[in-house]
Formats: sequence, structure tokens, C-alpha cells
Amino acid sequence: MQLLQILWDRREFFLICLLEHIRISLTAVVCAGVLGILLGALISRHEKLAGVVLGVINVIYTIPSISLLGFLIPFTGIGNRTAVIALTVYGLLPIVRNTYTGLTNVDASILEVAEGLGTDGRQMMLGIRFPLALPVIIGGFRNMVVMIIAMGGIASFIGAGGLGAAIYRGITTYNMTLTAAGSVLIALLALFSDWLLARAQKAVNRRYGIE
Amino acid sequence: MNKAIEMRNVSAAYGDNEVLRQISLAVDMGEFLVIIGPSGCGKTTLLKLINGLVVPTKGEVFVAGERLSDCDLTALRRKIGYAVQGAKLFPHLTVEDNICYVPCLERKMTKEEKQALTEKMLAMTELSPELASRFPSQLSGGQKQRVGIARAMAAQPDILLMDEPFGAVDEITRRTLQEELSVLQKKTGITIVFITHDIEEAFNLGSRILIMKDGVIWQEGKKEELLHAPRDGFVRQLIGGM
Repeated sequence: MQLLQILWDRREFFLICLLEHIRISLTAVVCAGVLGILLGALISRHEKLAGVVLGVINVIYTIPSISLLGFLIPFTGIGNRTAVIALTVYGLLPIVRNTYTGLTNVDASILEVAEGLGTDGRQMMLGIRFPLALPVIIGGFRNMVVMIIAMGGIASFIGAGGLGAAIYRGITTYNMTLTAAGSVLIALLALFSDWLLARAQKAVNRRYGIE
Repeated sequence: MNKAIEMRNVSAAYGDNEVLRQISLAVDMGEFLVIIGPSGCGKTTLLKLINGLVVPTKGEVFVAGERLSDCDLTALRRKIGYAVQGAKLFPHLTVEDNICYVPCLERKMTKEEKQALTEKMLAMTELSPELASRFPSQLSGGQKQRVGIARAMAAQPDILLMDEPFGAVDEITRRTLQEELSVLQKKTGITIVFITHDIEEAFNLGSRILIMKDGVIWQEGKKEELLHAPRDGFVRQLIGGM
């Protein structure tokens, strides 16, 4: 009850936070998505590189998010830019891993037929491998989006905007309701995005006949 | 005249495992050659030598007069039809896009061109034109197989390679497909190399039959020749029921 009350009373503040959160997350999603898919595609062709890249990304993943933000401050300062960079780096793991897995696990017999029919390297990647790996890649993308939105809450600790600002303000002013409201909005945003992507994934799967 | 396919003393291996030994073979234009043998005899490998999916360890392969080891394989493959067991259609493409796959590798086709080609190929393989917009997952086994053959023939190849293309369909459909393929081959004069492990299918289709065993050509000839003069017990057993 209190929660709804505060959301209504301070709706303008929450709306600004929400939009800011979406903006930061979306930027990071685009960066991590593009970078992650390219990186995943690259290492799917170079088996040796794959171990190294996935290893490094795994290690980065184990750094606590708050300290990663701290490490970045001397280089990129505080604010949204640093937040986007940190979120991008974190978001890489699921998307790189799934792109790699998806591209390397395409049915070998289909690839062989495609080769036998005269498909060249570029056509194979763009026309066969990538579309066939798409369901797995979208799975990684979903993971990444949820993670970035959730982690976006921490970004306010280095002066970035977003719903984390509400949470942070709630904590520093002993206003539990404010903190809860910010958290609930983040959770809802994450759930909604996930639901949206799940529908996209389903549509792709249905088209491919994987129900 | 050039042979459609020629092999000279070809051997092939996967790692240390030699699967084909000293194969020499010539296939005339317009011939319907059926290769038969037990699993593991090297018949699929022999077929893949023709479109360069397998590279010989020794010997030379020629297709339409071109030496495979120094020609543009990708370009050559687009002129050789290839159909395999289970069809292996591209699941993310419609029937139309599957059929137009090979010509589209060469150049961009207009919507009308694709439609016309699909219609022609669907008619050729006795399929309903309504299937054009379906995805492979919405087809029956027999329909998939027919689309697989349509895809292999869409670019009007001179040579068609078929690796047990009717292996995964029911008996009745297989009979129908065999008859249709026979008619199609006579009509188009295309050279076909066809793999099977079913002797009845081999006799039904082949103008010449090649029996393989343990990586070598064990015996070859027309149906009558094999029936009258089987080389040994192995061949006799293989054609036993006939």
C-alpha cells in the first residue's frame, strides 16, 4: 500500500529514474550485444582463441560489480559513461558464450550439405550458421538483458542515474519504502524485457519447428 | 568426349584409417550409376570425392573434364546436384527458399523468378504448389525428400549425386520416388550417381551397378551381368533375394 502511495506521489521522480535506467541499460545492451556477437562469431572460427577469450571473460565476471565500477573511475570518471562500460563488460559473458556455443553446435550434416551445394564461407556464416544458431543466441541475449537491467541498479553508486538512484536515496535517508519501490521497478522492468524477448525466441523456435 | 566423372587410382582416408583403396572409375554422361555395399564399405566417401567434400590422399578426380585438385570447388559444386538421406533441408528457410538456394548463391533472384522456379521444381517432383511457403518442419518425410531433390536439381546440374536419398521414407513412398526419379533421369538426361544399401532399389534404378566392399570396387556391371555371373559368395548373398 505504502509502496503504491510513494510511487504515485513521486511519480515524476520515478518516471525520470525509469527512463534513465532504460537509456543506460539499452546503451549497454546494444554495446554488449554487438560486441558479444562479433566476439562469439570470431572465436567460433578460431578454436584456440576461444579458450583464452572465454577464460578472460569468465575472470572478469568474478570481479564484484561494485569494485569493477571502482576500478573504472580513474579512467572514465564517474557518471553514466562508466556505468555503461561496466554493464557492457558484465553483459558480455552470456552473449559471447551463447553465440560461441550456438555457432559451433549447428548440425554438422546440414553444414556439409550446404558446403556440398556450393556455399562459400561468408554465405555459410550469414546464411546458415548464424540463423541456425539464433535460438541459442537469443537465449544468451535474454540472460544478458536481465543481468544488465538488474545490475544497472548499482550504477548510481558512481553517480549514474537510473532506478538505483531511488534505491540509494532510500538507503541513505532510512526510507525503506523508497528503496523497495526502486527495487520493484527494476524487477518489473527486467521481467517485462525478459517476457518480450521470450516471445521473440518462441516466434523463432516455432518458425524452425522446435517447439 | 569427356566423361562426366573419372577417378584414377584414388585412395581416401580419415586419419590413419584408409577407407578407399585404389579406386578407378569412369561415369559416362547420362549414365545412372548405382553404388551399393554394406555400411562402412566407403560408398559415401566415394560420392563425396566427386564434389570435393572429401579430398583424396592419392590419385586424381575429374568432373566434367576438370581436375578437382586445381579447380574452384565452390563454383563446381553449384553445378553438381547433391541430395542426401533425410533431405537435410535448411530448417530456417521456406520450401521456396530451399529450392532456390543454389541459384541464389550465384546471384540475386527476383521474387517472380523464384516463384517461377519453385513452381517448376515442385511440379517436377510432383508436389503441390501450396507447399512453397511452408517450412521443412511442416512437411512429411516423403515431401521433404522430394524438396531435397528439387533443391539439388534447381540449378539444372549436369550431374546429380544422391546419398541414400530414399532411405528415410516408407516403402510405398520410396517406390513412387524411384519411379519418378527414373522418369526424370530419362527426360533430362542428367548423370546420376546414386548410393543405396537396398539391392532391389539398385536394380530398379541403375543402368550400371557398382558393388563395393571394404573400400574397393568388388564387382560392377549391369543387372543381368551381376545376376548371371556373381563374382563370389558375397555378391551372391547381396543379390540373394532377386
